[in-house]
Amino acid sequence: MPSNEDQKRPSNQRDPRAEVNKRPAEVEEEHQTLHESDEEIFAELDSTVFRRFFYYTKPYKREMLIALLAVAGFTVANLSIPLIIGFGIDGAIEDGDKSLLAVLAVAMGVVAFGYWITLYLQHILISRITLEVLYDIRADMFLQLQRLGMSFSDKTPVGGLMSRMFGDVGALQEMLESSIEVIGDLLTLVGIVAVLLYLDWQLGLITMAVMPALILVRVLWQPIARKAFLVMRRNSAIIGGYLDQNVSGVRVIQALNREDVNHDEMDGKVHTFFWSSVRAARLGGILMPTVEVMTGVALALVIIIGGGQVLSGEMGVGVMIAFLLYVQRFFEPIRQLTMHYAMLQRAVASGHRIFELLDIPVEIADKENSEPIGDIDGSVEFRDVTFGYDASRPILRNVSFAANPGETVAIVGPTGSGKTSLTSLAHRFYDVQGGAVLLGGIDVRDVVQESIGSVMGMVLQEPFLFSQSVMENIRYNTQHATREAAVEACKIIGAHDFIMQLDDGYDSVLEQRGTNLSVGQRQLLSFARALVADPKILVLDEATANIDSYTEKIIQEALLKLLSGRTALVIAHRLSTIRNADRIVVIEAGELIEQGTHDELLALSGLYARLWTTNYSSFDDIAGNADDMMGAPAAST
Amino acid sequence: MSSTLSEDQRRQQTRKRRSTRTRITGSDLTGASAVWRIVRISASYKWHLLAAIFLAIISSVLQVMIPRLLGEGVDQAFTLIQDGGQNEDQIRSLLWDTALLVILVSFLRGTTGFGTMFLGETLAQRVSTRLRMIFFDKLQALSFSFHDNVHTGQLMSRGLSDIEGVRMFVQMGMVQIFRVVFMIVAAAVFMLLLDWQLALLSLSFIPFMVFRSTKLRLSLRVFWRQIQDILGELSTSMQENLAGVRVVRAFSAQRYEEKKFDTIAREFVDLRMKAERVHARGSGFISFSFIMAWAILLWFGGSKVIDGNMTIGELAQFFTFLALLRFPVRMVTQIVNSTARAASAGGRIFEILDIPPSVNDGPNARPLEISDSVVRFEDVSFHYDDTAALEHISFEARPDHTVGIVGPPGSGKTSVVHLLPRFYDPTSGRITVDGVDIREAGVTSVRRSVGIVEQDPFLFNGSIRDNIRYGENDASDERVIAAAKMAQIHDFIVGLPEGYDAMIGERGVGLSGGQRQRVAIARTLLPNPAVLIFDDSTSSVDAGTDARIRSELLKVSEGRTTIIVAHRLSSLSHADEILVLDSGRIVERGNHNELMALDGRYRELYDLQQTQAAEIDE
Repeated sequence: MPSNEDQKRPSNQRDPRAEVNKRPAEVEEEHQTLHESDEEIFAELDSTVFRRFFYYTKPYKREMLIALLAVAGFTVANLSIPLIIGFGIDGAIEDGDKSLLAVLAVAMGVVAFGYWITLYLQHILISRITLEVLYDIRADMFLQLQRLGMSFSDKTPVGGLMSRMFGDVGALQEMLESSIEVIGDLLTLVGIVAVLLYLDWQLGLITMAVMPALILVRVLWQPIARKAFLVMRRNSAIIGGYLDQNVSGVRVIQALNREDVNHDEMDGKVHTFFWSSVRAARLGGILMPTVEVMTGVALALVIIIGGGQVLSGEMGVGVMIAFLLYVQRFFEPIRQLTMHYAMLQRAVASGHRIFELLDIPVEIADKENSEPIGDIDGSVEFRDVTFGYDASRPILRNVSFAANPGETVAIVGPTGSGKTSLTSLAHRFYDVQGGAVLLGGIDVRDVVQESIGSVMGMVLQEPFLFSQSVMENIRYNTQHATREAAVEACKIIGAHDFIMQLDDGYDSVLEQRGTNLSVGQRQLLSFARALVADPKILVLDEATANIDSYTEKIIQEALLKLLSGRTALVIAHRLSTIRNADRIVVIEAGELIEQGTHDELLALSGLYARLWTTNYSSFDDIAGNADDMMGAPAAST
Repeated sequence: MSSTLSEDQRRQQTRKRRSTRTRITGSDLTGASAVWRIVRISASYKWHLLAAIFLAIISSVLQVMIPRLLGEGVDQAFTLIQDGGQNEDQIRSLLWDTALLVILVSFLRGTTGFGTMFLGETLAQRVSTRLRMIFFDKLQALSFSFHDNVHTGQLMSRGLSDIEGVRMFVQMGMVQIFRVVFMIVAAAVFMLLLDWQLALLSLSFIPFMVFRSTKLRLSLRVFWRQIQDILGELSTSMQENLAGVRVVRAFSAQRYEEKKFDTIAREFVDLRMKAERVHARGSGFISFSFIMAWAILLWFGGSKVIDGNMTIGELAQFFTFLALLRFPVRMVTQIVNSTARAASAGGRIFEILDIPPSVNDGPNARPLEISDSVVRFEDVSFHYDDTAALEHISFEARPDHTVGIVGPPGSGKTSVVHLLPRFYDPTSGRITVDGVDIREAGVTSVRRSVGIVEQDPFLFNGSIRDNIRYGENDASDERVIAAAKMAQIHDFIVGLPEGYDAMIGERGVGLSGGQRQRVAIARTLLPNPAVLIFDDSTSSVDAGTDARIRSELLKVSEGRTTIIVAHRLSSLSHADEILVLDSGRIVERGNHNELMALDGRYRELYDLQQTQAAEIDE
């Protein structure tokens, strides 16, 4: 992470312990945070999740309608089978009417055909709706993650978000897919009740007498089972997080021979998960015998009562057979629903986690009717800016300074003094609590956020590259730039030569984070990337910190070219970079204490002059004990 | 260039990249063998599997008994009615008997069904637990060259969703298939015993079902493989978007990122849709042939009853048997689907499990015993994917002796120091410690003796204390503090409100590059390795602190061999020997004064840094 200690660590020179390093996770717990534990979910109702889903199906009304028709047709086909058979036995077979039997057999064939078509249609349509809904949900999550403020990104682990985006959406998918059957099952259930009542309402009612018992069992069982499923889900998320850490840190693990310890740790987590899933399986399955016994009881009722009616001639044998077929079928959906219960529970838990993410308020939103920033003159002004990641603990207090168009302003100060925060504010990664940040005289809060990127570029300490081709990285978000322009930019920056040495030149695909390049080369690419974007204002946040001497020379030259004709805010700890600035702003403990040219500042004999005269090569890392540092051996550079 | 063309090209590029990136080894297990391996792993839980299968068989037989009970009940009652109906009591008691028997059988069926499900699920969990651990251990064991090439997102998607796919298969496919087969077999046997002609007619749908599901399995397998590949791509894209959030923000590229994500997500939807269409066609047809069997039964069975060759009760039994088979018929396509998914998911997992370790303990490997800690590179060459990274490197590092390595980016500095802890093994030549070839010593013992600090160290989510004692979990606080002091990070840590318990990593305190490097130095120093390697590990530490770390190290490094890679020559001023690397070769060597006198590359670099410094000093 690019030196975000500045952002998170308000520092005070006199008392280094004062409120330093408050963990961001503890701050603003109610805004912009996700609950990693599932306990909070218990209070909420499942119905909310379903309602939210339903909302997502709205754009697919037409498909929904056709799908419902198909399901209805399917149900009718499904229900007519026992009816035809019952009628066939009572009407045709008992009377020996072969021609009627033939008609009924053909009718059954027609039903089979209808069954085929409606099954196909409902499967296709429900899959389509499901996939589109999930696509929309995923897109919304992605959009939400793009819109959420930087303060959210600062405190949310990537692994956890990934697990929401994939694990949880996957669980929804599983559930929605099985809903193809569940919907049919439910309709069948309704249909069967209707047919049973139609055939013989008394017997029908008696058969259904077992239902309340079933409902009672479910009501008692549900909360216990749900808890078990949530525990299981949480344990699974823990495994995901641990795996992520171990894959990312595998080099350290191997270097320190930590494999065995981590094996044991993973083993512990996996087994916790195992036992929680066994418990969930037990609770999930326990309904099964219950439902089976209920089915048995219902069948027994039909046999005894229906049989009695047949005996007394009140009912045909065919009707009774149809009844028996229906009763078996009646419980099949319930059995299926029971089997799918685990899936459903997982999906509900996942739904909560997804909507929780979607519901986080976007703190930094465009104002209504805000316009793109347009063509501005490139000035940057901080006007009496007060800001803290936690509003009650400001990191910057009443900071005012300006960079005129074309000027390079260096920002220096001890670690944690708030330098990076300043640059983040310029791009409106965060909103100020007091004062204003103006670009070209316009308050950044009054323009469309997205348009800020068109006037401002940033080069960060750790150049992040995407695992795409070199060309795609250089033309990142500037697809309109021609290939030639991109190559030209690389030549100017001095990256062309090493790019041409790569296997596929500009089309070489970078490894994850560009690890097949040296840090210096990566930084050169990020310079080229900024040059292609051609912004009026450029922010360099310790962009030259990690560079080796070979690249340093190229970088310094590149920097000159990059900065020419642009307004620049430069955070640097190399004095050489600082010296050349038109103006130097010295920040200490969140306050601007000095500003001016190098010579002016030296004449002031303040902090800058003190640092300078001790020949201390860097302003980095002198947080709380700058005095101590003064005595440090002079660097030989 | 028209926009559609470039869109096309982009897609093509993406696809090409995906195919190269998702195939890690190029080995493509055929689906059947992947499934077979999953079955074999499951079969190693012999009793568990047998119990599950046994219960599955019992429950299917019980399931089939119900129609038989019902049919017989109806049949007997019907005969009795036709006899005149005077034995009403007899009939009633018969109905009661049947009813009670049905309840009893239902109960047994439910219990065994529950048992089957429970055993199936727990078996699936045991298999996936085992796979998870094997996979985890494999990832830990695979060498750097593997991890250099494979994206974290790829491994995560295999470790999570593919193992989940296998679990679903064991649970839904493997155990359920016994239920399906036994139910069909049991029903078929009962039906054949009743009336073999009618039974054959009723079961006429089975060949269609088998044929169709085989076809379905084959086409679904291809789809699943593609779907899982795309999912891996999607997660990679997502992961980069989140990890690179500052760049995304800085370029206001949210919309661009959305489009990028969208393209893949859309492709995923399209592919899934194709798979669903195939699936739906298959299951639709299977259901059709199944219901046609009902029509056939109605006609032929009905005719038989009319002709007096069969009783109504028997026909009713046939129908209830068919009604019973609805469940297995429904299950078939689900099983097929989960098998197809497991075939591709299993293939993706086994692909990784089957990678032979490139760094391996030889058969005669014995622990490295350090007495003098003399490190010697003897004509070492190292090739990385066919390209030579190092050629003919020879040098010696002795205790109380510091070797420095400098050179332009890409000259192979890091490769040299990565060979020593056996992150890679040399292609030719050998590296010895106290005369023992490190390839003949156990990897673990080599790494215990060699400590390395990387330039961009990874810190784990957890407290600072746990991070520092990462290599030695049970180290005392005193040792943690001593290491932190040596790395010049102790003062910073105690300045934190939570001190050594402060959480760092993704959710914790943000540390600057220099602070992270110093935590990593403390972490490496704690186990007290005999050989210490600093791979440009003080680049983000300012020169003053760097100097103090060095002087601290000098105090404690008695008897320690140190190798320092650095770009800041001041870090190397005290080195006894400095190797200047270029394009994988040592082009100059000697101490600072000798190298200066040589007036070559080293001098060039020195002058370069002097000018850079002079810009400051003026």
